[in-house]
Amino acid sequence: MSFNGYGVWAIYRFEMARALRTLWQSVVTPVITTALYFVVFGSAIGSRMTEIDGVAYGAFIVPGLIMLSLFTQSIFNASFGIYFPKFTGTIYELLSAPVSPLEIVIAYVGAAATKSAVLGLIILATASFFVPLQILHPVWMLGFLILISTTFSLFGFIIGIWAQNFEQLQFMPMLVVTPLTFLGGAFYSIDMLPEPWRTVTLFNPVVYLISGFRWAFYESSDVSLAVSASATLGFFLLCLAVVGWIFRTGYRLKN
Amino acid sequence: MQPVITIEGLTKTYKSGLQALKPVDLTIRKGEIFALLGPNGAGKTTLISIVCGIVTPTSGRVVADGHDIQADYRRARMKIGLVPQELTTDAFETVWATVNFSRGLFGRPPNAAYVEQVLRDLSLWDKKDAKIMTLSGGMKRRVLIAKALSHEPDILFLDEPTAGVDVELRKDMWAMVRRLRERGVTIILTTHYIEEAEEMADRVGVILKGELILVEDKAELMKKLGKKTLTLHLQEPLAALPPELGEWSLELRDGGEALDYVFDSNADRTGVPSLLRRLSDLGIGFKDLSTRQSSLEDIFVGLVHGSQAEAA
Ligand SMILES: Nc1ncnc2c1ncn2[C@@H]1O[C@H](COP(=O)(O)OP(=O)(O)OP(=O)(O)O)[C@@H](O)[C@H]1O
Ligand SMILES: [Mg+2]
Repeated sequence: MSFNGYGVWAIYRFEMARALRTLWQSVVTPVITTALYFVVFGSAIGSRMTEIDGVAYGAFIVPGLIMLSLFTQSIFNASFGIYFPKFTGTIYELLSAPVSPLEIVIAYVGAAATKSAVLGLIILATASFFVPLQILHPVWMLGFLILISTTFSLFGFIIGIWAQNFEQLQFMPMLVVTPLTFLGGAFYSIDMLPEPWRTVTLFNPVVYLISGFRWAFYESSDVSLAVSASATLGFFLLCLAVVGWIFRTGYRLKN
Repeated sequence: MQPVITIEGLTKTYKSGLQALKPVDLTIRKGEIFALLGPNGAGKTTLISIVCGIVTPTSGRVVADGHDIQADYRRARMKIGLVPQELTTDAFETVWATVNFSRGLFGRPPNAAYVEQVLRDLSLWDKKDAKIMTLSGGMKRRVLIAKALSHEPDILFLDEPTAGVDVELRKDMWAMVRRLRERGVTIILTTHYIEEAEEMADRVGVILKGELILVEDKAELMKKLGKKTLTLHLQEPLAALPPELGEWSLELRDGGEALDYVFDSNADRTGVPSLLRRLSDLGIGFKDLSTRQSSLEDIFVGLVHGSQAEAA
């Protein structure tokens, strides 16, 4: 046996079943949160805002909002998926099973990425009720959606392995990713910022992810497509390398 | 006898610096029931965890069913089932889902008929749709056993299977272990209780402070372990042992008020009746008497002293 397909499928299904059991948490909560953003930013504030790059403000924020959910949900799902068995002790079974590190990553990260990609599409559908949407490059849009879901799920997987308590599990999404997303042009174009903040913002990696995704919708972007696409891919490869290192060294998984 | 697990020079030092296993060499024979006996913290779980792939060894080698557990972990692990010491289960899954999950995880295609049989054998069939958290502790342990058997392993590890289990479940468990053995499954179990090893095992290994100090056929071991102590509480304290009692290895304690006699309860002649006769001849009266089986601790201490004496 060179690939334990049954094993990967078992984990994947287990993780998906967990999401279905907590459907309220996994889907309804983010949808309601997003809807609230539209009410506040899209209707209340957006009506007083001018268009950005020829896009109505309410529509402009849609890609940023989806990204915000993708980031936090991917991290949350993947980190929780691997942290929880560590916490309860059921990880013994995973460690004693004939599954390779790669298979474990494919199963957990694949499940987390599936969940957040589906969630992204649900939010997109929700948004279409509030604002006129336009997707100029649907294939790129889907490409970014899947790549970013996968990347942040990998990132979340790393956090889940690294974390030794629930505070550490919350730390990254709450204190790093959410602020970076808010400051990374989720709700505005960074061209609107005065110097030196515009330049400072370019050091925020999230800018590149949001910019590429928004380009797929409206062809309006803060940085060029090539730059944002390679930044996204670069982050993906970085996370992959860290996961590889974790498994080579057995870091924090085995005694 | 064909070996099914070969352990050579296995050591484990945890990150804390604690050496949980001194070099351990052990061969488990195909189809036997092997009991690993030892007090708390002896290293039983550590040893099992290494063979199952949960703990990384510091040095040494383990081959399970012809496959190196590190180089060829996939094939080695497919052969092995583990019932852990702790009751660690998912809470929200159903029994049916969790057992099928385990089967898949270990690379086996779905087989509803087999899983049903496992659940029936463990009297869990009527609970198959129950969420695990609604089960009692004893049932959770059965679920863990079902999970361990779900992929049809040839080698089964039971880490303290009867801890916190009532008499009935214990009997069920032993019956199940025997059935598995009849099917050719090799079983390695850990326990604190000599009686359990006595009841179940073909061979017994005693582990103490990370050292495997003895591996023996059960019958042999029981001879060694069958020591009892007779304590006589004397009416009048004795200042010293009278020379007339030299035949028996006696010990005077409690300021001469009690007399201890260690004897082999399995022997044809224990020396107890003759001792009592001699005492009455000498006019040494006693108020009370008691005998007690040597405790596991006593036996371990005895074994360690024995092994040190041999080494000297
Ligand atoms: N993860 C760990 N880190 C550090 N030390 C550990 C770890 N796990 C076990 N130990 C130590 O290793 C020694 C052996 O522990 P182990 O769990 O193997 O004993 P055991 O024989 O199974 O005991 P028990 O009968 O109580 O289950 C103990 O001193 C224990 O404290
Ligand atoms: Mg133990």
